[in-house]
This record gives sequence, C-alpha cells and structure tokens, in this order.
Amino acid sequence: MHPFKRTGYEHMSALNEISFSVGNGEFFGIVGRNGSGKSTLLKCLAGIYKADEGEIYMDGRVATFIELGVGFNPDLVARDNIMLNAVMLGLSPAEARKRVDEVIDFAELHEFTDLKLKNYSSGMQVRLAFSVMIQVDADILLIDEVLAVGDAAFQQKCFDEFHRLRDEKKTILFVTHDMPSVNRFCDRAMLLERGDMMLLGDPDEITDQYIKVNFPQATLDAAVAEGHARPDQAAVIVEAWFEEERGDRHEYLPQGRPCSFKALVAFNQEVEDPAFSMMLKDDEGSNIFGTSTIWKNEESTGHFMPGDQAVFGVSFDNRLSAGRYYATVQVAQRGGGQVVLDKRENAATMVTTATRSTGGVVDLPHDVEVRRPVRAPRPAPEPAGDASR
Amino acid sequence: MSTEAIPSGIKPISGPSALAGDPRRFLHLTWTLAVLEFRLKFFGSVLGYLWQLVKPLMLFGVMLFVFTKAVKLGSGVTEYPVVLLSGIVMFTFFSESTATAVSSVVDREGLVRKIHFPRLVIPLSVVLTAYFNLGLNYIAVVIFILARGVEVRWSWLELIPLVLFLGLFATGLSMILSSLFVRFRDIRPIWEVALQAIFYGSAIFYPIENIPSVKLQHLIMCNPLAAVTQQIRHAVIDPGAPTAGQAIGGDIRLLIPIGITLALLVIGFWWFNREAPRIAEEL
Repeated sequence: MHPFKRTGYEHMSALNEISFSVGNGEFFGIVGRNGSGKSTLLKCLAGIYKADEGEIYMDGRVATFIELGVGFNPDLVARDNIMLNAVMLGLSPAEARKRVDEVIDFAELHEFTDLKLKNYSSGMQVRLAFSVMIQVDADILLIDEVLAVGDAAFQQKCFDEFHRLRDEKKTILFVTHDMPSVNRFCDRAMLLERGDMMLLGDPDEITDQYIKVNFPQATLDAAVAEGHARPDQAAVIVEAWFEEERGDRHEYLPQGRPCSFKALVAFNQEVEDPAFSMMLKDDEGSNIFGTSTIWKNEESTGHFMPGDQAVFGVSFDNRLSAGRYYATVQVAQRGGGQVVLDKRENAATMVTTATRSTGGVVDLPHDVEVRRPVRAPRPAPEPAGDASR
Repeated sequence: MSTEAIPSGIKPISGPSALAGDPRRFLHLTWTLAVLEFRLKFFGSVLGYLWQLVKPLMLFGVMLFVFTKAVKLGSGVTEYPVVLLSGIVMFTFFSESTATAVSSVVDREGLVRKIHFPRLVIPLSVVLTAYFNLGLNYIAVVIFILARGVEVRWSWLELIPLVLFLGLFATGLSMILSSLFVRFRDIRPIWEVALQAIFYGSAIFYPIENIPSVKLQHLIMCNPLAAVTQQIRHAVIDPGAPTAGQAIGGDIRLLIPIGITLALLVIGFWWFNREAPRIAEEL
C-alpha cells in the first residue's frame, strides 16, 4: 500500500440550484426525507458550510439550532456553556452574563446549572440549546429538528415558543419531519428531494406531497411480500402506524382530535376469525389503553386464506395527555385458549401534542365550575362542583 | 425565481472564514474561549492549578539535579537554576500553546459544525490560554529569582515584548498546525517529536556560550524560542550573559528569528484562511 495514495472518492452534491427567498417575519418550513439536503441547506444558510456556487443573502442576526444543539463543551458546566454560546451567537460577554439566568429559567434546569454538560441527559442538552437560541434575540432563526428529541412537555414548550416567535414577527426557517407542525406554523414550505427543490408553496401542498414521497406504495408492497415469505408463521404483522383525522400517517397527533391506529397483517395459513388486539403504553411502560376485536361485538373478523391481508384499525378521539405512547399489537387464533400468531411490542409510536397540561394520564372531556351555595337555611348545601358534561 | 431583486444593503453570507465579521465579536469570542479553557484547567481537577505548576517544576527539578550534580553542565553559569527554570517556563508556554493548538479545531468540532464564527478564534484562544498559564508560572519564577537575590532591574520590562514576540511565533505555528491537523492526523505525533527536538535545540538547559562551534551557536539562535530565552536570561537574570544579538553574532542577524516568526505568521494566516471554509465539512 502506498502511504500517500489517495483513496478514491465520489463527487456528491448535496444541493442543486435551489433558489428561494423568505420574507421578513415569515415562518418557513423545509421538509424532505433523510439525506435530501435539508440540514446541508440550513448549514449553508447559517454560514457553516460554504456553498460551491451561488449566493446567499441574509439580513439580520442569525441564531442557529443545528444537529440537536448549538455546540456545547461537555466538560464545562451549564452556566459557562450558555455564556460561550451566547457570545458565539453574537452577544457581548456582558449581555451574555445577563441572559444566563433567563436561559436557565426557560430551560427549567435550575438544579443543574453547576453540572457539567456531559452529565446532562440528551433531552436536557437539547432543552438548554433551544433556550440559548431563543434567548439571544436573533432576527433570523434557523432551527433543525428540534422536535425530534425531548419529552412531550418540552415539545409543548417549543410549540408555545413558536407561537410567540410568530407573533413577534421573527423570521424562522424550520427543518422538520413533523408535518402537522408544518401545517400549524409555517406560512410557506419547501420540499427537498435528493438535493433538488421539488416543491415550494403552501404548507398543505407540501405536506401532502411529502407523504406521497415518504410512504410510497412500493415499500409497503415489499414489506407485505416479506411478510408472506414466512410460510411457517400463520400471520405476520407487517407494519403498524398512527394516522391523524385525515387518514395521513403521523407520529404527532393533536389532543382532542380523532385519530387512529392501523396495523397491516399478512396471512400465510388459513385462519378463521382471528382476534386482533392493541395496547397503548406510555413512556414508562404502563398500560394506558387497550382494546381488541373480541371485546367489541364483532364476533367474526373474517376468514383469511394464505396470501390475504388485513388492516386492523382502532379509531379513537385522542384524549391522552401530552406525551409519547407506544402501541403493542397482537394477532391471535381464537378457540379453546388463544394461540398468539404474531405479536409486535412497540410496533408504532405516537406523540400527543397539547396546548395545556392537566397533569394526568388522560384529558377527559369535562367542565369545571364554581358556584355559591344557595343561601337558604338548609342543613346541607348542594354539591358545589359538577364534573360531568 | 432567482430573478428576484436583492434589496440593497443586505450582505451576502460568505460562508465560514478565518476572520469574518465584527472585530469586537472576534475579540469577545477569543477572550471568552480562552478564559473558559483556562478555568477548565484550573478547576478541572482537584489540585487544579497546582498541576499546571508541578509539570514544569518537576522537569526543572530533574534537570537541575542531573546538570548540577551528575553532568555539571551548569557549572560556571551565573544563577544556573534560575536560567533553567525561566527557560523551562518559556518552553512550557511554547509547547503548551502549539501542542494544544494542533487538535484545537478538531476538539471544537461541536462549535465548528454548528455555529458560524470566525475560525481563527480557535488557535488564538489557545495561545491566549497559554499566556494565562505563563503569567501564573512566571510568578513562581519571579519569586525564585527574588529568593536567589537577583537584582530587580529596569531591563526586566524587556520581558513584555519578548513574551509577546514568542506568542507571535507560537501563533504562526498554531494556525498552521491546527488547520493541517483537520486533514492530516499524523501532525500530532510529528509535532510531539518536533517539540522534543526544539527543546534540546533551544539552549534551555545548557548555556549557549558553552557550545564549542560558534557557527552552531549562531544557528541555534536563529530559532525564535532560543533567541527569546537567551535575551530573557540577559535582561532578567544575568546581565553578564550574552544578549541574543551577541549570541547570534551581531544584532543585525536577529532579523533571522524575527523574519522566521513573521513568515510563519503570514504563511499561517494564509493557510488557515484558505482552509477555514472547508473545516466544518472535513471534520
């Protein structure tokens, strides 16, 4: 081996001829599959990568939140990291010192200010990074995948903050996989596919197109074929997912809206009247809600032959409190004692997004009222609260 | 769509560079990075600063023993222990700044890949941190000097420009080393070996005037580090010792170490500036 021999490399351009302009105060979404060039685009905008060709213009101070963070030093304590990042993002050391407490307040990490960053959980780091970015008063914010990590409460906080930033007319470029939040916040959006701009326009158009690009029939067909390729297993759970009310696949489901769980099952042997069941668990693995075709009155689910498929669906109003949930799905043979044909633990996951937190596991439809008791000289007043609708 | 007019007064984003942007931000950043790094060393371990001091002192102790008791290299040199300690502290500054600089840009990956800031801040902050350490270490030297009964003289002020000059030399090298290391990881072992060679070649533990060949004396003095330590020896410790100018064979020849330093600064900046836009991608 020659020591100075260059290993061959392929030329790969991450972005091609992308041209767009974002107005002052606009909330602009950038969506696309993994590897489509979203993050590269954001890095070029942020001035971290240099574009080989073309020009980028930016008016105002830019704050970046890229690759789940703003660049922390793991050996420094949170306070010092905030200082460092605030200065990096353009504040003077004096200004930065003043903001440190605000950042910690926002991140709700008071107990951990003197803890080294390496001892932070990844969720805490992201919270801190997001807080720094929010608190430096930039005119333009470049945000990459902030919703991908962090617990539900933090995601909620991000959503609230997005509302505030919108109201303050900040310009925001926002990379995400989460289509509902594109619909919810963005004025316009762009869909990238392999470095090309496929579409630029209304969030609705973009999200529809994204779903078409992202869940092509071909991959599902391949998964089904794979499921059928196991003749020894009577039934195979091919795939499971959640859908929002319009029937599009989504992981993030708004509270209080209808949604559904779906599972696609492929049969390789003759099965008469199989039983399908689903159990929703929360982050800690506690069972939150479960249902089955047996518990409903649907006595017969059908007669399936090898090569048949079935879609098991559970539609419900999302009354879960904000948080992440996992669905376990099972297909069983009915008869004397159930025989489990296939079971997938945590086959699909969903996140409830909510505008408020009640603190419980579920947020049931309810009313709250306070009344003065009638001032008649009765021995016992009427009950003061009535919690049913 | 590309035909949309760009409103005047908006600056294009030029991508990452060595110096981009507001000079005040540049200074703030360099200062903040250096202070945090220094604090990290100071409070990072239980004994913190003590280790910072113990390292050069250990080397000093060993050398003092070897060269005064075993080899007698130091005999006939006025205040040999002080000369040795001062030289070691200067070399520590030089080796610490350059050796840390080698991997500094790579170590700061988290920042480089996520924030747009003038990249030159990184090697400069490393040199600045080394200055903080030098300042503390030199306190030990001064205490030692005074304890030995060396006279306090106005010529001590020469220390300031000399140390600044040494810092420029270290800065030039730091810029080259840190940007090269991004692409060639072999730089680290190479530089470790080079530092050893520089230590032995810089007249730190032997007096320059004891080298038999005058030509070799002159050659050694071409090294800016050697010239600086020699001049410090003359100005601070022993007025009887040859100045850097005398040791190199004429003051005019001091232009050689000065020239080397300036050349390294220019080449270093040019090279770093050339590499800066691509650093984030090559990490």
